Amino acid sequence: MPAYLDNSATTQERPEVTEAVMDAVKNAWGNPSSLHRMGMETEKKMKAWRRTAASVTGAAEEEIYFTSGGTESDNTAIFGACGALKRAGRHIITTSIEHHAVLECCRRLEEEGFEVTRIDPGSDGVVSADAVKAALREDTILVSVMHVNNETGAIQPVKEIGEALRHRDHILFHCDAVQSYGKIPLPVKEYGIDALSASGHKIHGPKGVGLLYVSREKRIVPLLCGGGQERGMRSGTENVPGIAGFVRAAQLAQEEMQENLQHVSALRTRLKEGILQEIPDVRINGPEDDLCLPYILNVSFMGTRAEVLLHMLEQDGIYVSTGSACSSRSNKKGSYVLRAMGLSPEETEGAVRFSFSCLNTEAEIDETLARLKDAVTKNRKMLSLTGKSGRKR
Amino acid sequence: MDKDKNTFIVRCGEVALKGMNKPYFERVLLERIRKSLKKYDDVEAQRREGLIFVKTPAVYEKETVARDISRVFGVASVSHAVETESDLEAIYETAAEYMNGLIGERGIQTFKVEAKRADKTFPVESPDIARRVGGEVLKRCKVLHVDVHHPDCVLYVNVRHGRTYIYADKLKGFGGLPLGTNGKGLILLSGGIDSPVAAWMMAKRGMMIEAVHFHSYPYTSERAQEKVYDLARILASYCGRIRVHAVNLLDIQQAIGENCPEDEMTILSRRFMMMIAERIAEANGCDMLITGENIGQVASQTAQGLVVTDNAVSMPVMRPLIALDKVDIMDIARNIGTYETSIQPFEDCCTVFLPKHPVTKPKLSRILESESVLDKEALIRKALETQETVTVVPEM
Repeated sequence: MPAYLDNSATTQERPEVTEAVMDAVKNAWGNPSSLHRMGMETEKKMKAWRRTAASVTGAAEEEIYFTSGGTESDNTAIFGACGALKRAGRHIITTSIEHHAVLECCRRLEEEGFEVTRIDPGSDGVVSADAVKAALREDTILVSVMHVNNETGAIQPVKEIGEALRHRDHILFHCDAVQSYGKIPLPVKEYGIDALSASGHKIHGPKGVGLLYVSREKRIVPLLCGGGQERGMRSGTENVPGIAGFVRAAQLAQEEMQENLQHVSALRTRLKEGILQEIPDVRINGPEDDLCLPYILNVSFMGTRAEVLLHMLEQDGIYVSTGSACSSRSNKKGSYVLRAMGLSPEETEGAVRFSFSCLNTEAEIDETLARLKDAVTKNRKMLSLTGKSGRKR
Repeated sequence: MDKDKNTFIVRCGEVALKGMNKPYFERVLLERIRKSLKKYDDVEAQRREGLIFVKTPAVYEKETVARDISRVFGVASVSHAVETESDLEAIYETAAEYMNGLIGERGIQTFKVEAKRADKTFPVESPDIARRVGGEVLKRCKVLHVDVHHPDCVLYVNVRHGRTYIYADKLKGFGGLPLGTNGKGLILLSGGIDSPVAAWMMAKRGMMIEAVHFHSYPYTSERAQEKVYDLARILASYCGRIRVHAVNLLDIQQAIGENCPEDEMTILSRRFMMMIAERIAEANGCDMLITGENIGQVASQTAQGLVVTDNAVSMPVMRPLIALDKVDIMDIARNIGTYETSIQPFEDCCTVFLPKHPVTKPKLSRILESESVLDKEALIRKALETQETVTVVPEM
């Protein structure tokens, strides 16, 4: 029985979403900027979709900008905020466990003369809000902290951070919510989040579409120049079918949020307990369950190599992730997130990420557990032969 | 002159030095050139007076066609030429027109003429032809000056029986011998930098290529195997379609790990690779094995290591890179276009189970003793059962 347990990488598009995309392809192919009726009809639909997206996000329509996905949203928020606020200062606070879409933007800004403070997480993968607050300076203009870490599922204290920043007008608080959007509540207004990134394909929507929320209280400068679509924030003819699909996916995610949460929580517990009971010498990475997104389970199998486990499982149609895509000997440092949490090389090398969706079943989990047990045993035996796990002959 | 066609003069390096067999080699080379131009319609290729003349419709870019021809093994160089009658007046006119074209295309200002008279019945001798053509071109192309030391362009005039060819460029080929004139070899293709170069060098000497790749899936990834097919595809652009046999070595490595000293893992694995390759070579009509081994490069390629590996098979093993320096191998890899693919970071089956301290001076007798505890025949047969064969065709 195959099982796709790599839903933090991407998800399968739901039929309802495909239907919405196809409907837009066939019936809303006019350019929303055109003056004629066809354009106007697409524009009307865009308006309705934006309204839905705003309601899912808990924001106003004029605070929603459709983008090409998480990476573009992160880039727009970060460069846009720094562009708008650079006269107020040149200091950025972020964490060392952000997605590359955030980390690389910060690195670029550093080259351009900005100063970046990167907060490390604790051993549970959670960044302390106090550490973020302590890093604040007079010239801080941007704080970018993800809502949920993509490798460990660790939920970050964005509420506390948001509260601390609430009255500091010259700081923009950006939150990369790509892993949590539509999965757990994130009331942007209540939390004091000024900008938020979300992506379609992590919630059974299409690839190549996402959104950026920017509070009407804050101003950022656009990255793309051109025809002035998305109220000047994101020039370029709108990805109409993508937006239709994304909004449908977001709507479904919102409606089924509690139900899905219960479903994946049960799956996660089942797999976690199963592993702890049946496979010796493992370590669950990340925080306690109440601080962890139940869609993600990260486990280190000591004395194994995660990439080999991945390939062993794929032979049975079971798809997982190693969290780190490096397989080369020269770049064998493993996941930067797990290293930041202080894991040993052996722990990072054997770390596997399982990520769930509402489409997974209990039977898939049981099958995965059985295959996993077998794969871990074989892998440990094989690696012990070459003395790689310390055994001498 | 036929304006709808481009003419190319192809010089046949080493083939030209052959004695009695020369017609055979020329015929094969002609066939190879035709094959390499199969993607174009209405190609004419003929051999005449020790050269090969190719004509292609002018709609095909001449630079691309020349490049295609230059990649055929056995070709020393190729020139796009314009053609006219072997008559001085016609030569002047064609040469001037040709030079005007180059002035427009490349903005050349200085030139010199080199003439060759293959037709000794032509009434004017070579230096004289050069002088006269030079004078006429100067007259007709006002912007040009003669510079015999550092000309922007050398105008070659090749007067042959009936026809004269005028050209300015010589695109160097790889030389070597036409493919198919020297049997067939089986390359052990690892995915690294060396083995594709070794295969290419043997192919350049006219040898047809087949390949075997050893992997340790799931300890190596499918991407690593895809990379080997990518490399084979690049090789195939020189030597036509290549069959790649992929064999899983994992069970053998496991057996070695369980039963033999840890530091002999690599050398014993290599012996098995050679033995399996020999079987595949025999089954597929290959005359010899080819490896990218290079003396001293890694622990298993010391002199003693090579002795132990070589002893595993009775079929001759070609090691064309044996005495090259790594930088020279890398240069060839870049030149033939395999380098960028080779350096993609995937583990191959040699590195996955690399012992901490591999033996560097293995003794044959000791290795044979270690190996003797294994059921060699059964292991080889089982590995051969995992064999998958893929035919890789060149990208057009």
